[in-house]
Amino acid sequence: MPEIRVTPLGAGQDVGRSCILVSIGGKNVMLDCGMHMGFNDDRRFPDFSYITRNGRLTDFLDCVIISHFHLDHCGALPYFSEMVGYDGPIYMTHPTQAICPILLEDYRKIAVDKKGEANFFTSQMIKDCMKKVVAVHLHQTVQVDDELEIKAYYAGHVLGAAMFQIKVGSESVVYTGDYNMTPDRHLGAAWIDKCRPNLLITESTYATTIRDSKRCRERDFLKKVHEAVERGGKVLIPVFALGRAQELCILLETFWERMNLKAPIYFSTGLTEKANHYYKLFITWTNQKIRKTFVQRNMFEFKHIKAFDRAFADNPGPMVVFATPGMLHAGQSLQIFRKWAGNEKNMVIMPGYCVQGTVGHKILSGQRKLEMEGRQVLEVKMQVEYMSFRVSCYMPANGETVTLPTSPSIPVGISLGLLKREMAQGLLPDAKKPRLLHGTLIMKDSNFRLVSSEQALKELGLAEHQLRFTCRVHLHDPRKEQETAVRVYSHLKSVLKEHCVQHLPDGSVTVESILIQAAAHSEDPGTKVLLVSWTYQDEELGSHLTSLLKKGLPQAAS
Amino acid sequence: MLDCGLDMTSTLNFLPLPLVQSPRLSNLPGWSLKDGNAFLDKTELIDLSTVDVILISNYHCMMALPYITEHTGFTGTVYATEPTVQIGRLLMEELVNFIERVPKAQSASLWKNKDIQRLLPSPLKDAVEVSTWRRCYTMQEVNSALSKIQLVGYSQKIELFGAVQVTPLSSGYALGSSNWIIQSHYEKVSYVSGSSLLTTHPQPMDQASLKNSDVLVLTGLTQIPTANPDGMVGEFCSNLALTVRNGGNVLVPCYPSGVIYDLLECLYQYIDSAGLSNIPFYFISPVANSSLEFSQIFAEWLCHNKQTKVYLPEPPFPHAELIQTNKLKHYPSLHGDFSSDFRQPCVVFTGHPSLRFGDVVHFMELWGKSSLNTVIFTEPDFSYLEALAPYQPLAMKCIYCPIDTRLNFIQVSKLLKEVQPLHVVCPEQYTQPPPAQSHRMDLMIDCQPPAMSYRRAEVLALPFKRRYEKIEIMPELADSLVPMEIKPGISLATVSAVLHTKDNKHVLQPPPRPTQPTGGKKRKRASDDIPDCKVLKPLLSGSIPVEQFVQALEKHGFSDIKVEDTAKGHIVLLQEAETLIQIEEDSTHIICDNDEMLRVRLRDLVLKFLQKF
Repeated sequence: MPEIRVTPLGAGQDVGRSCILVSIGGKNVMLDCGMHMGFNDDRRFPDFSYITRNGRLTDFLDCVIISHFHLDHCGALPYFSEMVGYDGPIYMTHPTQAICPILLEDYRKIAVDKKGEANFFTSQMIKDCMKKVVAVHLHQTVQVDDELEIKAYYAGHVLGAAMFQIKVGSESVVYTGDYNMTPDRHLGAAWIDKCRPNLLITESTYATTIRDSKRCRERDFLKKVHEAVERGGKVLIPVFALGRAQELCILLETFWERMNLKAPIYFSTGLTEKANHYYKLFITWTNQKIRKTFVQRNMFEFKHIKAFDRAFADNPGPMVVFATPGMLHAGQSLQIFRKWAGNEKNMVIMPGYCVQGTVGHKILSGQRKLEMEGRQVLEVKMQVEYMSFRVSCYMPANGETVTLPTSPSIPVGISLGLLKREMAQGLLPDAKKPRLLHGTLIMKDSNFRLVSSEQALKELGLAEHQLRFTCRVHLHDPRKEQETAVRVYSHLKSVLKEHCVQHLPDGSVTVESILIQAAAHSEDPGTKVLLVSWTYQDEELGSHLTSLLKKGLPQAAS
Repeated sequence: MLDCGLDMTSTLNFLPLPLVQSPRLSNLPGWSLKDGNAFLDKTELIDLSTVDVILISNYHCMMALPYITEHTGFTGTVYATEPTVQIGRLLMEELVNFIERVPKAQSASLWKNKDIQRLLPSPLKDAVEVSTWRRCYTMQEVNSALSKIQLVGYSQKIELFGAVQVTPLSSGYALGSSNWIIQSHYEKVSYVSGSSLLTTHPQPMDQASLKNSDVLVLTGLTQIPTANPDGMVGEFCSNLALTVRNGGNVLVPCYPSGVIYDLLECLYQYIDSAGLSNIPFYFISPVANSSLEFSQIFAEWLCHNKQTKVYLPEPPFPHAELIQTNKLKHYPSLHGDFSSDFRQPCVVFTGHPSLRFGDVVHFMELWGKSSLNTVIFTEPDFSYLEALAPYQPLAMKCIYCPIDTRLNFIQVSKLLKEVQPLHVVCPEQYTQPPPAQSHRMDLMIDCQPPAMSYRRAEVLALPFKRRYEKIEIMPELADSLVPMEIKPGISLATVSAVLHTKDNKHVLQPPPRPTQPTGGKKRKRASDDIPDCKVLKPLLSGSIPVEQFVQALEKHGFSDIKVEDTAKGHIVLLQEAETLIQIEEDSTHIICDNDEMLRVRLRDLVLKFLQKF
């Protein structure tokens, strides 16, 4: 029995480190290759030994698909391709291909340069890894090989985020990655064909939570920021450079404009300007409204939001700062956090989920005394807010395989002659009604063709053997043979309304292809012999006719 | 329906539409000043409301779309790529704007009457099918037409009614330009229209996917097969530099998208070395700004080099920098800001390339009298001599540098060798050398078998016969099949199944189990007794060995068997049962009394020796 097998290598029952192995129709596809933000050791990357203990990655995997550029979906890619070793194709969309290496480099810098980690992938490895990437268009059907095809759909999670359909023959899997069904300020809603997959793999980070309406959360966010700024506090919003950051920027920009606020908004430098530039160049990936108006006004050129400088953190007075990274585990956001944490007028707003082990996670879970590096203890007096929760609800654990039996139908070629013949029969009275089809399936190597039996015999050079029956039916009728034939004809004509009954010039009667002839009886002139003749293929009708005629003819109508 | 281009050459029969009524133009002899906005619409052959789908290959090939979607009862779907739609909208917008901003006191249509047309001066008199010339559409019609387009991406497989699948492929000619593959499970037709093998800004042409075509429809070849686009660009730059250095102005009549991007890119590299950095470049079109902006956001549709730039992230086209450094300025029209910024000498890009309407008309009037100025024609769609005719006598220099990146005949033969279609179909004019150069046997399509050509309003049957279609066998049915090996490697299985057809998809399911006869309830009339003859009997094959057959008969209790030899076989007589069995190589005939029991017994004996199909 054919089956589809799914084995999570990373994100089973956990958030971060997305990596799922799918085996379908004899093909092995890896979906995403993410890293875990909360770990600094081996657990940071998915466990590829599940594959490598049986051989090389390249031999086992037919392709790798990356759904979007978030590091929990692509962060382990250079490790996977360059350090473990994979040379096959890696598919992702154009924006993902553009942005992914930048985030990887950023991540590498924090890990190696700031934390001094050894045995990490290098800049060159990121470059080499990206050379293996094949960019895909939305809705493009990519033929990975003769049998495996993949197709990307808009997911609306971040710029360039995509859902993928993986198809082998008539079996298919849809992998959604992270997706978004409600269009937000800068992205549209996810969309996919009615493609009826055998299996849907979806990440359901928010599945057990009902989120308040988008508008409510936005209002709540603006209110919190506004209050903090009014009382002279500083607001820190740790974000990832791309994604939610742009949405919040657009939100704050319009709010500042409307309320005529003067407090400065900063966006931590580096990635951000670049990020906004990406949004500009890939504007076709944003939502309808932004695309329509971009010639007049580019939503990603902000008036109120300026680049941040490290020195600004000590400036007096209120300000709002977007800083990376989003989970307060390293970098600029953590630096600013340490500076501002002691003042209760200040506020930190966590706009996204934080994985276990990060500072972000600790303060969100209510911890107010944080142990920092060098046994230093940081007391958090600033207000801690969050915009949404994430709860996980994945079922299979890592390395555990879910098997889904499938029963794919078998595609064969049908000769048009046979199909049309069957369809023509079906045209009356109801074309939509299913009808019986009879033919012969010729199987030659892997070429399957369904043809009419006549054609099959012909193709194989076999002669048809005709089996014919002729039955003698005795009928009491003193009249002439011709008259008997006429009586037989009119009787059958009136009884067999659904059949074609004909009286031929030579005196014989036909019902469809069954021939009836009347002959004189050699001994009894009062009896006529009807010869009813049919082929094996018409047996039912033939034997029905004989039994019908055996009952005799009705008296001739006056 | 493949493409719906607008043939605008008929506008050459009309006078330019000046912004200001010019007495000189109105008094030119031999020309009649007529309603200027009439176009040829080539749709008289078929009922357009029966068209299900229109495939658009590039933005030039959709200019007639509003006529079709708005006025013919067309209810089908139009497929095009996103850049095609966006830039097509810009081209239409420009056209509508050019026409609408010139108010006309009156419009004439009576002249289209055949009797009156006869009296008109040539060439109007000779024009064919003037009755199909139409007024230009409005922006409202454009928007409505474009809203009917379904956006598609390259290599996207689109199912049409379950019967065929269409796929656009990059054609390398313009942003979002496509060739189309139309295929069923067993047949493949490629439509190659407006393709380019040169490396300019669009994504390169996808040739590999065109392989294994049964038929390749080839059209949209270069209009200037003798001109080399690279050479023309060089000539363009040097002429431009020469004029400007001598203090003259350069006028480039052009479309607002397409080749202009490449020209600006060449100039970007050229101006500094040629000492032109202080010369202003003006791009005047109602859609100039949109066109320049749109070009930057279609990263996915660009060639590899430009894509790499976007990844950096930098704008893919250098005209962004030209604008930033104020070397290139764009204006919606002559009026407004342009008049105050205008400095000479300068270079002006503006439309329309026919010189019949748009801002270009004004510049021709303005600069035509000075021999310092130059007009450089780059668009190949219009004959430049005809375009210039109403402006004669002209003092300004006229340079003809047609840049047409579409396939030439050398590239065509290379392409055909590469993709090897079984048949090529193309317009008639490609199968013979151009009339003006009848000795140039190289300027025609040369392929084996010879290309099938078509003419206007001709119906062509494509040279293939459909033999097979795909059908799916449900797994339950497949399990029940009993294959038998007839020859080594070839197996047969008889299939009796229920055919379900939905949306042109066929599925075979196991036949329902025969229902038990429900007793004599319904048997009122004889006609009800008719068996369901749809339960088909298989065909038979093989032959019957007489001796073994006779032995079998004896075994089953028949006695008194007599066998006679005949010319073709044998006759087995069962005298007691008054039965005769004729056995030949490939037929058996059982003749008996009306005894169903006997007949069935004999039948089963015969069938034992035969194979069923």
